[in-house]
Amino acid sequence: MLYREAGDFKTSYIADSQTFPIRFDRWRYYAVLAVAFGIVPFVINDYWANAVLLPFLIYAIAAIGLNILTGYCGQVSLGTGGFMAVGAYACYKLMTAFPDVSIIIHLVLAGGITAAVGVLFGLPSLRIKGFYLAVATLAAQFFLVWLFNRVPWFYNYSASGQITAPERTVLGVAVTGPEAPAWAAYLLCLVFVTVLALVARNLTRGKQGRQWMAIRDMDIAAEIIGVNPLAAKLSAFAVSSFFIGIAGALFFAVYLGAVEVGEAYGIQKSFLVLFMIIIGGLGSIFGSFAGAAFLVLLPVFLKNVLVGGLGWPSDLAAHLEFMIVGGLIIFFLVAEPHGLAQLWRLAKEKLRLWPFPY
Amino acid sequence: MKMRLTAAALAACMAAGPALADLVFPDLSYRTGPYAAGGIPFSDGYRDYFTLVNERDGGIGGVKARVIECETGYNTEKGVECYEATKGEGALVYQPLSTGITYQLIPKVSADEIPLHTMGYGRTSAKNGEVFKWVFNYPANYWDAASVAIKYLLDENGGDLSGKDITLLYHNSAYGKEPIRTLENLAEKHGYNFSTIAVDHPGQEQKSQWLQIRRERPDYVIMWGWGVMNQVAIQEAANVRFPMENFIGNWWAGAEHDVTPAGDAADGYKALNMNRIADYPVFDDIQEHVVDAGLAAGDGSNVGKVLYTRGMYAAMLAVEAAKTAQEIHGTADITPAMMRDGMEALEMTEARMEELGMPGIGPEFSVSCSNHGGSGGGIVQQWDAAAGEWKPLTDYIQPDQEVIQPLIEEDSMAFAQENDISLRCNES
Repeated sequence: MLYREAGDFKTSYIADSQTFPIRFDRWRYYAVLAVAFGIVPFVINDYWANAVLLPFLIYAIAAIGLNILTGYCGQVSLGTGGFMAVGAYACYKLMTAFPDVSIIIHLVLAGGITAAVGVLFGLPSLRIKGFYLAVATLAAQFFLVWLFNRVPWFYNYSASGQITAPERTVLGVAVTGPEAPAWAAYLLCLVFVTVLALVARNLTRGKQGRQWMAIRDMDIAAEIIGVNPLAAKLSAFAVSSFFIGIAGALFFAVYLGAVEVGEAYGIQKSFLVLFMIIIGGLGSIFGSFAGAAFLVLLPVFLKNVLVGGLGWPSDLAAHLEFMIVGGLIIFFLVAEPHGLAQLWRLAKEKLRLWPFPY
Repeated sequence: MKMRLTAAALAACMAAGPALADLVFPDLSYRTGPYAAGGIPFSDGYRDYFTLVNERDGGIGGVKARVIECETGYNTEKGVECYEATKGEGALVYQPLSTGITYQLIPKVSADEIPLHTMGYGRTSAKNGEVFKWVFNYPANYWDAASVAIKYLLDENGGDLSGKDITLLYHNSAYGKEPIRTLENLAEKHGYNFSTIAVDHPGQEQKSQWLQIRRERPDYVIMWGWGVMNQVAIQEAANVRFPMENFIGNWWAGAEHDVTPAGDAADGYKALNMNRIADYPVFDDIQEHVVDAGLAAGDGSNVGKVLYTRGMYAAMLAVEAAKTAQEIHGTADITPAMMRDGMEALEMTEARMEELGMPGIGPEFSVSCSNHGGSGGGIVQQWDAAAGEWKPLTDYIQPDQEVIQPLIEEDSMAFAQENDISLRCNES
């Protein structure tokens, strides 16, 4: 009943090929956007912004980025943390070198720089595949973190080796630094998420996305039907790194404000984002959001329930959290190997027929 | 899925306890992860002292202290979450026991106007209270520690270190990098050859670092380690037969659990300490009122250990600052801003420490508007593996302020300039 196509006529090709062809789905999407832009900024507080929403939005961008590379183009990458670090350090260098330029331009440029670095580290993908490529990107992860720790120029020779985001404003409102109000930081991230998700969605639906998917499904066959593997793979690396770079820059500038590369962008970040897309669903934009939400919200939720609600000792709760999150990951992968996105797809199919399934 | 989880998380947050009229001291602890070995005893000591004050004295000035524990896992993201989750409860002072989290919190506490006390860690230049209004790092800081270590070595070598090779083995993070500048400047002054070797988080793998040490044979190795890194380093030092008495850890690399895994091989290892360890009378009170009453934060086995003592010392300084604040403002129910005034007016004397049942636990010092760092002294202690205890070798050694003070001035002024902070102490 809910997701019905009956009576939902399309009279133009544009209408037929829109992102959300089912009317109910479209309205749901608009409703989510309206709540996110129209209501949340007015009720948000520091805790919600810093503990829940900012990490969710930023990880969603990173997950979309990795999903383009791994889910759509089939190139496994373990270098996400390193590429996020490139975004963060690029953003930091730009922010401190050109303080008068808008932070938004810096964030986009940071994404661009990361895209260039991503292409560089994507070159081996033309020769190696699968696990071997994963190892090659792992090398990128370790090399990049080592580089940012090793070369003082990247952190402006500060004594502690940390980078700290100076205050920057958008339309007169601070979005980075400690004085930034929660709603401003949230809105900045939300705008980036919305725009980038739209871009990703349309890229993956179009010619470029089809090339990526052809490469993913069988690269030799794709080459035979005229897909240039060089262009397809490197463009996947570039676009993916662009997204991840912006996520890394937001993570540093807006969310944390000060980072230490080894801790904030270490190998565990790469795994976290990889888990997000595996749990969320490979090759799905919605899956990226679902996976990010799952892995960001669940620990916070469990902690609040176990420590805040039940009053358990914090160390017991922390250990249980590992076990519950780990157990749920295994459960989800066993019950639904295609991730949360597939569950959502099935639910939609069922809802279409409900209440008269045949 | 997202919406449902959000709603559930919201419900969980709402269910968190209502604010009570008491003095709130958040304990950003870490009882899990590679740094838990240090985090557990410190947190036990910190919490037990507040429990003792509540049980024995009926609170601070008649108002009960409430400790909210929040697990950070030594992770900055979780630290930020903990900070945001607890600051609304009326938190009086934060002690994150992590330099990484401290760097995150310095701008935040300054904006939210909550004091931050980083005892012997954190950002060294926060000693300059002119710039860092809300941050305190008494009684000592990293640069003090570096200078104390060098002074001790000077003493050992009859005042001359020229031509000696000194290597710093450090945790590759903001924490480990802190002393490098000071040690470099001291190298210029005293003429020793200084080199650094980094160990990446978490530090379980140090074979190549110790191979390098074995090859280069420095005269002394100074270590800035924490967590599992300390145990591994001491074990590796024993493996390459580095003379233990030439191996000096800082005060975060000198607890029982750091040396016991290496057994007898760790005998003679030296470490700094900013507080003395002894069988203080206050431990009997803790045993009676806290551990035996079943109120201990841990299992009670840590009482009297190095980091337990330090955690208790940190809590004691917080309680004393709260008392000072109550006196200054004439109210028992103090706010974070009042707490800050109390911390800035804190004065620790020998008599006061004796009164509290911990004579000589720390140096005598007083905090002022421009000096948030205390006196800066540290002692050197040595591990006696046979007896299984730390033996103090020296009294409090005063650091070389001639070298440190200009560095603090330079670093804090750079921070003031970056963040547009005007100096405050001469105004009033």
